[in-house]
Amino acid sequence: MVQKKSTRAVGIGRVLIAVYAILALAATGRSVFQIATQFQQAPLAYALSGLSAIVYIMATVALIMRGRRWYAIAWGTISFELVGVLFVGLMSIIDPSVFVPSAKYAHSDHSTVWTYFGIGYGFVPLVLPVLGMLWLRHTRPAVEAEISASDESGSAASADGSVDPLADESAAGA
Amino acid sequence: MIEWFTWVQFGVGLAAALFCIVLGIARRIPNDYTVGSLALVELLLVVQLVIAIVSPFAGNHASGNVLEFYIYLVVALLLPPLSVIWALVDRTRWSNVVLGAGAFAVAVMVVRMLQIWTATVS
Repeated sequence: MVQKKSTRAVGIGRVLIAVYAILALAATGRSVFQIATQFQQAPLAYALSGLSAIVYIMATVALIMRGRRWYAIAWGTISFELVGVLFVGLMSIIDPSVFVPSAKYAHSDHSTVWTYFGIGYGFVPLVLPVLGMLWLRHTRPAVEAEISASDESGSAASADGSVDPLADESAAGA
Repeated sequence: MIEWFTWVQFGVGLAAALFCIVLGIARRIPNDYTVGSLALVELLLVVQLVIAIVSPFAGNHASGNVLEFYIYLVVALLLPPLSVIWALVDRTRWSNVVLGAGAFAVAVMVVRMLQIWTATVS
């Protein structure tokens, strides 16, 4: 295992980080524009837009960095994103006046990256936290440390499995 | 902004994205062709920048917010170089997928830029 490098920035995880970086750029660009030019029009939506940009940047950095603390920060920021996209997504349907004064363009005007569950960004903001969580679970530090040790127990488990191969096959087929 | 040019740019961006992602999935590492496709995307963005600067002098004014348009254009101009640097540093097949993601984001952004340029704002 590559312990010296980042434990999360490997393989397909790098694509996840790249997509996070792109979304962080997109959210930052939009929120800077919104806050700089028309903050008074919808303070709550634009403040949230700025917050989401910061959280996306933090999540991107946390995914790249190694160590348990960054792992925890990654979980925190990605969870925040999921809560954010679900809450704002629901709010934009229940009470559109807060986040979407102009229903014609759901992805423009007073919207945030999370409005209508991220429809303006191809629902990427909705899908990304879920993929991020799956990736974090896949690369959690405890598992990382156990992988080398678990090789022996893994072979023992397969030996146990070979006692009843039919059960394994039916489980795989299900 | 010239509409047909923007749609050409959109098509090239999508094609480059598809090309890079397919090669990534086919376990190829970044090569001259995938990096070159991003260079083409960047070249078209530079042309788009020139068009955006010259257009107002030729009577082609943006009806939407020009500042928002240029924020999109500047961010879009950054994406191909950044993804190419990524591909040069990280010599794995996943870098091709990253190149593809960059090209796709640019393709989406130019369409959004067209919407902003031609928007009928109150």
